[in-house]
Amino acid sequence: MANPRTNFIARLDWLTIILFLAMVLFGWMNIFAATQNEGTTGSIFDFTQRYSKQFYYILTALAIAVLTLAIDGKVWSFFSFPIYGLMLLILPITILIGKEVNGARAWIFIGSFSLQPAEFVKFATALALAKVLSRYNFQIHKVKNLIIAGALLVIPIILILLQKDTGTALVFLVFVLVLYREGLSWVVLFVAGLAILLFVLTMLVPLPVLLPVLSVIALMITWLYQRNLKFFYAGTLMLGALFGLAILASRYLGQEWSVARLFFIASVIAFMIWLMIILRKKHNPLLLILFTWMGAIIFIFSVDFVFHEILQAHQQSRINNILGLESDPLGAGYNLNQSKIAIGSGGFLGKGFLQGTQTRFKFVPEQSTDFIFCTVGEEWGFIGSLLILSMFSGLIIRLIALAERQRSTFSRVYGYGVASILFFHFAINIGMTIGIVPVIGIPLPFFSYGGSSLWAFTLMLFIFLRLDTDRYQIVS
Amino acid sequence: MQNPNSNRKYVIGGIVLVVAVLFMLRLFYIQVIDKSYQLSSNNNSRLRVVEYPDRGMIFDRYGKVMVYNEAVYDLLMLPQQVKAFDTLELCRILSVDLAEFRESVKKAREYSRYRQSAVVRQISPEQIASLNEKLFKYPGFSIQIRTQRKYPQPIAPHVLGYVGEVNQGDINSDVYYQSGDYIGISGLEEEYEPYLRGRKGIRFMLVDVHNRLQGNFENGQYDTIPEPGRKLTTSLDAGLQEYGEKLLAHKRGSIVAIEPATGEILAMISSPAYDPNELVGRIRGKNFEKLMNDSLNPLFNRATMSRYSPGSIFKAVQALVALQLGVIDEFYSVDCNKSIIGCHNHPNAHGLREGIRYSCNPYFYNVFRRIILQGKSTSQFQDSQIGLKSWYQMVYSFGLGQVLPSDLPGIKPGLVPDVAYYDKWYGANRWAFSTIYSNSIGQGEVETVPIQIANLAAIIANRGFYYVPHFVKAIEGIDTIPQKFREPVHTAIDPKYFEIISDGMQGVVYEPGGTGSRAQVPGVTVCGKTGTVQNSGGKKDHSGFVAFAPKERPRIAIVAYVENSGAGGVYAATIASLMIEKYLNGTITQTEKERIILEYQQF
Repeated sequence: MANPRTNFIARLDWLTIILFLAMVLFGWMNIFAATQNEGTTGSIFDFTQRYSKQFYYILTALAIAVLTLAIDGKVWSFFSFPIYGLMLLILPITILIGKEVNGARAWIFIGSFSLQPAEFVKFATALALAKVLSRYNFQIHKVKNLIIAGALLVIPIILILLQKDTGTALVFLVFVLVLYREGLSWVVLFVAGLAILLFVLTMLVPLPVLLPVLSVIALMITWLYQRNLKFFYAGTLMLGALFGLAILASRYLGQEWSVARLFFIASVIAFMIWLMIILRKKHNPLLLILFTWMGAIIFIFSVDFVFHEILQAHQQSRINNILGLESDPLGAGYNLNQSKIAIGSGGFLGKGFLQGTQTRFKFVPEQSTDFIFCTVGEEWGFIGSLLILSMFSGLIIRLIALAERQRSTFSRVYGYGVASILFFHFAINIGMTIGIVPVIGIPLPFFSYGGSSLWAFTLMLFIFLRLDTDRYQIVS
Repeated sequence: MQNPNSNRKYVIGGIVLVVAVLFMLRLFYIQVIDKSYQLSSNNNSRLRVVEYPDRGMIFDRYGKVMVYNEAVYDLLMLPQQVKAFDTLELCRILSVDLAEFRESVKKAREYSRYRQSAVVRQISPEQIASLNEKLFKYPGFSIQIRTQRKYPQPIAPHVLGYVGEVNQGDINSDVYYQSGDYIGISGLEEEYEPYLRGRKGIRFMLVDVHNRLQGNFENGQYDTIPEPGRKLTTSLDAGLQEYGEKLLAHKRGSIVAIEPATGEILAMISSPAYDPNELVGRIRGKNFEKLMNDSLNPLFNRATMSRYSPGSIFKAVQALVALQLGVIDEFYSVDCNKSIIGCHNHPNAHGLREGIRYSCNPYFYNVFRRIILQGKSTSQFQDSQIGLKSWYQMVYSFGLGQVLPSDLPGIKPGLVPDVAYYDKWYGANRWAFSTIYSNSIGQGEVETVPIQIANLAAIIANRGFYYVPHFVKAIEGIDTIPQKFREPVHTAIDPKYFEIISDGMQGVVYEPGGTGSRAQVPGVTVCGKTGTVQNSGGKKDHSGFVAFAPKERPRIAIVAYVENSGAGGVYAATIASLMIEKYLNGTITQTEKERIILEYQQF
């Protein structure tokens, strides 16, 4: 075995490379299955077929991989801001000269060739974030630093939202994980998790039920913290009185003043009174619980408001479909329904390569792109699904491990960026095909058909692998 | 590692693993535990293509085709695939109404965007030929072949019945039927529907999301081949039927001819009639409405539904009942005393044979009086009840006052009054012979339908028994016809008495003073009896005549009615004569009689 300190080949992380190659190959097989009977010609070199196009994309991606490994890793650190800036420039240009595909202006056409610039903004942002966070004496809790880091993420989000490509814009939220690793308070993650939980609960549980239940949970936690029944009783009494008053008041005030709304107002007033009492006594844990409870209620009402007043009908439908509140298998829920049928009908061992009826007969729209996982689920069954889950979680955890072994902060932050982006795509894409996440159109890395995403993910991954080969160098 | 937040890698790695495990559990549930997706996938990709069988053909007793099938075409639409098209041109090619077409397109869209429905039905082969050339201009439209009924001769519409689309009731009561299927709605088409319809074949095809066929499912091993409907051979004599319809043309009336030895119905004519070809295909609905509104009521089958008083024909029954009860014998004689009941001028009847020959009303008044008032009770009310009871039992045994369990739906029962009937009508013990004597000459409460009278002729021809009159002679693939048509039904009358009646009926046709001499047929001994049905309200009498021939080993029993045409001995007897000659001899030699009948037109 060659010494990794002296041999470049030995320094390369071959486990990641093998996982990458396996995914690309398996991905291509599934694209072949999903698109093989679109035409009559069978040659994989015929450039009119999706599977043959993907074949060329893969060859190009391999070239990109080799080239990236050949380039000095310092280039990325050095040019991270110019690359980030260049990409941000291309985005508005795309909006101006791009053509509309599926309602989004996210594509540039050069002849018959199309490119989706937003795919490349992801790695550029990861580079820029890594650059900022690796500055000497960078402290994440300084407001100025937080603003800079936040701006790095918000600018591409806004530009991509302008392209009406909501799915890709959402990807940038995942950098919260990177910030968390670099010292951002756990509260941010906690709040984010709580927000997701409350969002789902708001949709599923009627407000007059959800609010008291939430309040009771808050009281239980208070009791657990304090072991003091005084607070518990007082709180219960107050909540009961509040709720009773709200019901009574809504009786007399009429339809517009619903119980929930009055409860909301009453809880805000109550919160202020209690806050004054608590602050005097300086019971910090209690304060936290109260803040949480209060925040939860305000969040719930915001979600309710945003959902009904701001979201458009089709967006509401998608969310309702996911949560099982609406059944419309031929309308908004068509994709999801057919996708679940494809995956669910695969069974334990699958229907076999090229044997999936859902796949062959095109029941799932976008099956070679965003819904490629359906092909895996249908033709390779639970075993194939398990393989994909293992490959992705294996790759992501391997990348985290690689990131952790970097001496340079830049490399580590970038590594986390790569892992987080892959994780977000993995979680949202597969979650969407099996109906636990709303339908958000983002590709499954290395699997979905398309040159832009394959090249962008390959470039992103191999920059990190190249950075990883420089791990023994002295940090400058 | 000196990095202070290094432990956070476990939190992030943990989140990744939690998501992966969550996905794994969810996938295990939908892929391994929940089997419903398997079913949905099958439903998605398997199209049941129904192949309609040919409906069974219908033949006459000699194997002549009466009903066959002709190919017609339905235009199917798959809304999802339909692109903007030239509606006007399509409607012009198929000659359908634009508004009507738009309506059915709308309906098809509402039914399902992903399933085919028929938007234009029963298109002729010529129109299909011109449509086929242009079908490429109408994506989403396809042609499905079906068959429809065709009648080489426009005869026997009431017997054959018609076929139409199933209604919701049919679909609910029999799982075999699906919307758009055809079903026999009346006549033999209705009665023998389970045999005639055959069995639909089902092919399972693999289809893609656009319902485009992608090949057979599992090489067709689950497919069923359509089973053609069974051939139905009827007892009808198409030539006789056609001739009868010709004779009754432009008259209101009916003819029923039965082969006494088997109960097979040789001809059943109801006039006015209609061309059965009119109730086929796209024109059916319009024509049906027209026929429904026709004041002559051509849809009405007089032969099985027209309730007439039997008139003098009933005298034969009265005589038989009286003989069987022993209240008269064959030598019983009555002076023609017109003081109680009217009569025409004829010599006094000596013996029963002459009573029948002259159709003497006072004679049968007395016969019926002897039946009803048997002197078994001192109260004439009680005595009448006893008499009527025994009379009823015997008359009922002739198949009267009941629905003959034939194989033609909708036969009416007619009426034979019993004690309960008069008790209800007049009150118990408030009626007696004097109240009901009109029945003696078939003009009272007794009502019969023509098929019952034809059956009566068959009973006399058979000297005391009958087979339930029926149309089925053979069903393809089935060894025998139903049991009920193969077992003789015996009347309550001793066979020996029938000879007397036959003699009398021979006299009606051949002896001087007989009322039915027009029924004679060259070379054949015809036994007959006139029946002149009086109508209230000053309308002309119905002419009725019942006959069988030849007297020994009879081969045909027949009844003919011509409404409002006068005495039974005139038109009805002449028609019976022509029908018997046609059936027994095959040719008509009595051209003068034929001319008279054909020239007589009521409308």
